[in-house]
Amino acid sequence: MTALRREVRFLLNDEEVALGDAGPGDSLLEFLRLRRGLTGTKEGCAEGDCGACTVLVGRLRDGDVRYEAVNSCIRLLPSLDGCHVVTVEHLAGPDGALHPVQQAMVDCHGSQCGFCTPGIVMALYALWLERPRPSDAEVRRALQGNLCRCTGYAPILRAAASAGDYGLPEDDGLVRNRQAVGARLAAMADGKRVELAGGGAVLPADMDDLAEMLSAEPAATLVAGSTDVGVWVNKDLRDIAPAVFINHLDELGGIAADGGTIRIGATASYSDAEAALTEAVPGLADYWSRIGGWQIRNMGTVGGNIANGSPIADLPPVLIALGAELVLRKGRERRVLPLEAYFLDYGRQDLTPGEFVEGVRVPVPAAEARLGFYKVSKRRDEDISSVCAGFMVRMRGSCVEEARLAFGGMAATPKRAEAAEAALCGRQWGEAAVDAAGQALARDFTPISDWRASAEYRALVARNLLKRFYLDNLPAVSP
Amino acid sequence: MTGPALRDHMHRAHRHDSAARHVTGLAAYADDMVEPTGMLHACLGLSTAAHAGIEELDLAQVRTAPGVVGVLTAADIPGENDISPVGAGDDPVFADGAVSFCGQPMFAVIAKTRAEARRAARRARVSYEPRQAVIETEDAVETVSEPLTLARGDVEAALEAAPRRLQGTLRVGGQDHFYLESHIAFALPGEDDEVRVVSSTQHPSEVQHVVAHVLGVPSSAVTVNVRRMGGAFGGKESQSNLFAAVAALAARKFGRAVKLRPDRDDDMTATGKRHDFRVDYDVGFDDEGRILAVDSVLTARCGFSVDLSGAVSDRALFHADNAYFFPAVRLRSRPMRTNTVSNTAFRGFGSPQGVMAAERIIEEVAYAAGRSPLDIRKANFYGGAGRDMTPYHQPVEDNILPRLVAEIEERADYASRRQKVLDFNARGGVLRRGIALTPVKFGVSFTATWMNQAGALVHVYRDGSIHLNHGGTEMGQGLFVKVASVVADCFQVDLDCVRITATSTGKVPNTSATAASTGSDLNGMAAFEAAETIRGRLVAFAAERWNVEPGQVAFEAGRVRIGNQEIAFAELVEAAYMARVQLSATGFYRTPEIHWDRAAGRGRPFYYFAYSAGVTEVEVDTLTGEYRVLRVDILHDAGRSLNPAIDLGQVEGGFIQGMGWVTTEELWWDGEGRLRTHAPSTYKIPLASDCPPVFNVHLAEWSENAKPTIGRSKAIGEPPLLLCASVVEALSMAVASTAGYRRCPRLDTPATPERLLLAIERLRREGGE
Repeated sequence: MTALRREVRFLLNDEEVALGDAGPGDSLLEFLRLRRGLTGTKEGCAEGDCGACTVLVGRLRDGDVRYEAVNSCIRLLPSLDGCHVVTVEHLAGPDGALHPVQQAMVDCHGSQCGFCTPGIVMALYALWLERPRPSDAEVRRALQGNLCRCTGYAPILRAAASAGDYGLPEDDGLVRNRQAVGARLAAMADGKRVELAGGGAVLPADMDDLAEMLSAEPAATLVAGSTDVGVWVNKDLRDIAPAVFINHLDELGGIAADGGTIRIGATASYSDAEAALTEAVPGLADYWSRIGGWQIRNMGTVGGNIANGSPIADLPPVLIALGAELVLRKGRERRVLPLEAYFLDYGRQDLTPGEFVEGVRVPVPAAEARLGFYKVSKRRDEDISSVCAGFMVRMRGSCVEEARLAFGGMAATPKRAEAAEAALCGRQWGEAAVDAAGQALARDFTPISDWRASAEYRALVARNLLKRFYLDNLPAVSP
Repeated sequence: MTGPALRDHMHRAHRHDSAARHVTGLAAYADDMVEPTGMLHACLGLSTAAHAGIEELDLAQVRTAPGVVGVLTAADIPGENDISPVGAGDDPVFADGAVSFCGQPMFAVIAKTRAEARRAARRARVSYEPRQAVIETEDAVETVSEPLTLARGDVEAALEAAPRRLQGTLRVGGQDHFYLESHIAFALPGEDDEVRVVSSTQHPSEVQHVVAHVLGVPSSAVTVNVRRMGGAFGGKESQSNLFAAVAALAARKFGRAVKLRPDRDDDMTATGKRHDFRVDYDVGFDDEGRILAVDSVLTARCGFSVDLSGAVSDRALFHADNAYFFPAVRLRSRPMRTNTVSNTAFRGFGSPQGVMAAERIIEEVAYAAGRSPLDIRKANFYGGAGRDMTPYHQPVEDNILPRLVAEIEERADYASRRQKVLDFNARGGVLRRGIALTPVKFGVSFTATWMNQAGALVHVYRDGSIHLNHGGTEMGQGLFVKVASVVADCFQVDLDCVRITATSTGKVPNTSATAASTGSDLNGMAAFEAAETIRGRLVAFAAERWNVEPGQVAFEAGRVRIGNQEIAFAELVEAAYMARVQLSATGFYRTPEIHWDRAAGRGRPFYYFAYSAGVTEVEVDTLTGEYRVLRVDILHDAGRSLNPAIDLGQVEGGFIQGMGWVTTEELWWDGEGRLRTHAPSTYKIPLASDCPPVFNVHLAEWSENAKPTIGRSKAIGEPPLLLCASVVEALSMAVASTAGYRRCPRLDTPATPERLLLAIERLRREGGE
């Protein structure tokens, strides 16, 4: 019998919190505002798109506490076990002296109505901890998840650029206390299964415990990054009990490279997986930066992005193009399938009751492979794709030997364009073949019209992305 | 000996008074205030049909849901079931018998927690009897208010006689305000019929008035307070009425404090937005591109009720000339009723749509004449003999636009950059660029003349500290610190000696909305009057007490010089108190000179004009339609700026908000009349990464208002937003380059990547014929 604990324990600023009544759908934001009176953190949208609720969550990773900006509105309380939550109230010194980031914001006139400001401050704080003197590009990337409707961002960008002049992380309380906090968090980790709110929310003790739990309760909601589940709870008022929280399981979030394959655990966040994947896959870094905003990349998981089966998810087209395989587990059994085979139809995946996504295996592309990853959306950053695509073409001489063209937003699932692939294979890599592939897309896809894009636009863009791919990978001119 | 230099507290870059509170999270918005014991929470039940009779509204399951205390429907309204800001009687709190748009409130449920109220609201069972719904403006037949015509000269004859003539249609989309703080109000029942309301509103007096009408009590029974809003942009002018009225109704019915904070989706679904417009224009011009006649019809989607649509449509007409003289002109409004949410005020209040129409006409003429749009602009600017009369017969005076435009051309290096853009495009690549310079002339004053009034209340306490209150509201625009600087200047005390206090209908009555960019013009003047009254009393007292001439009493840096001696300000105040001098005063201001005869279409609706000019350069990917705004240069006329830092923020923020309106912000209704872009996941306002990497914004430091406004400053809130026309035209130029600039691309807004790509395809097809 696994040892049990019936409360979630975490650090909130300086204080240790233990909650036995944390329901599976209780958000960190509501806890802060309603139960703790910490009203500096705001609700702007309750779906993780505006960043007004940004807080830092620190977690022990390899013996050190790593702090990340997250959206507290869709971060669910049970998932905070063993974490350090830092809110805007924690920044100013005990004497009320403003933090360097805060002082820079004040001096640069970075707030107008002030409602988004605490969230912006927290995102900039997270950035400053990593990069006190960031480049303009780094600032803009760090703020992808924060909306401001008043300032037009110009003064906020100026503040972010100058924050390092007001003070450096070595003098920061969070940095100075890192070891002590790490020790406190380590002391909380007792390796027990956690059951909350009468079993409505459960944190398994380890992987085997998880597998066992899901076999016993196949209808349970799996909660990892909660970037989707949090929205179901807040917007659809969905009751997710019984919910099994899994993002604390380090062995499920691991990333390892061996023998030309990168293995990514299901609960690795986009941020966790970023370095390994973007280093191994040329051209992926820009695409990666366009997945959600920073907070979402810190929360959302690779496994979740696949498991939900969304036709407009960002990762599947990329991973399918790379030839990734999905590892599914049920009890002690594992099976492996090509990622594209997982997506059966809209809302339907090749997943049996009690089975869960354990990870994905991504082959490192051959050096000579031609790769292209494209995302088209109404707004460049932090938007959902109208169309996204991952392309990989391997050549034999000047002819295409293998083409993997995967699209999102074009069908009810992420899907390979088989007719277009066939039109390319065996042909000379040139305009004629790419045109033929473009024509063939009409046989592969019948996209729909919705608020993101019309069918006409989607079809046109999909063809043009093939053109773009070709222009980015022109055949070498023979000397 | 000279005394300490006089400190000019106005015209300085003071920080926002709440800046430190903003960054620490200590600034309290309505939802952050400590809740009274036993506060209840309301949630609205919204219609899911665009136009239908309500056959049955079954709330049995709602009433029995966990935590529910009760429900409210139209039957629970003791007064009038109307929250129309213009008393039109067409804007019910709760739909009664029929619904007129998808998202219309039909009931409210009151529960112990907000979560319980939200869950309960979804348990309603409604049977609708569907009726024909008018969603698109094109299908609308009924107007919500009397159309306006502005006319000068014989437009039909002038069009006939013009050497060249063209017609076209422009569609400009609407816009959601997307204030970060969604609507909120809470109400506390008082003794007898009294109720106190905390509302996130730009118009506390209207909330007071509407709550009183809905409750059937005198206005004196209702007090409305607002300390600050988390953004408003016009969206909290009339749209706050609903939330305050429901909270007040519930507070009275259940005898408890009640709060109503809709979630983002309900906020965006149930409240009005910027009007989308269709503009049909007919323009006559000569071969040089000089405009001879313009005949435009501006059709607005107003939604199910009139709300402020009459005045919005009027202001669109008032700005459909923008900066250009039309020798013969006829502008007609068509404010159309549709089964969509009732559109409302939004920063610019119709003027951005009018300006877009004027700039489209310039662009059309430029392409037709084969000349650069800037040349066409200059050929048509107001100015020169007989070329200063607007379509509403108010002459354009103090026209500084030629100087502004000349300076921005220079600062932005416009001519050589335009050539570089042309050269870049001539290379024929997939990426294309565009550049445009557009001007703004913005009329300042409410066109409803009576609204141009304001009041203030200033107290000086015995310790010399000063309490400032006025009818303006703070929504982030920096009004409070501007007005405080006026008062600090008057008494020559440090800014932090002036205590800024929450707007309250109990302190200053019958206020106008903080809107139309008039906040500091009106309230700054009113506060000045109040402070001057007290200062005058202090001077008279000091002169008498110390036996000097009034001219020998001077306020300097927290002290007062009286003849040869000097005492602290607080010392003088205490002495004045002991001598029974009144240390409290009200101030009142009404804008002079203005008048407007709507039926005749003549008058002087605006006290003065504010001007601006901006240059935008963009790069478009012609394979996907995606684009980047590369550089923006702005030179803006704030008169003698009351606070250059605050004003710079208004220009930067206003521009980006306008850029969002014309680029990525798309309101998308489905065939059933349901708004499907009702949260930030689907409705995309600009991000930090959309802010142009080169963004040079300057105030025209030499400018000074020719009218005696407060400190000779000018209104700042709305005019900068109108510069977004430069973004559209720059995108349009990049699109036009794909077809050799032979045709005006007629780019509608929002110019999403999709619209751009489809425009490129259209030009390609048309060019191929």
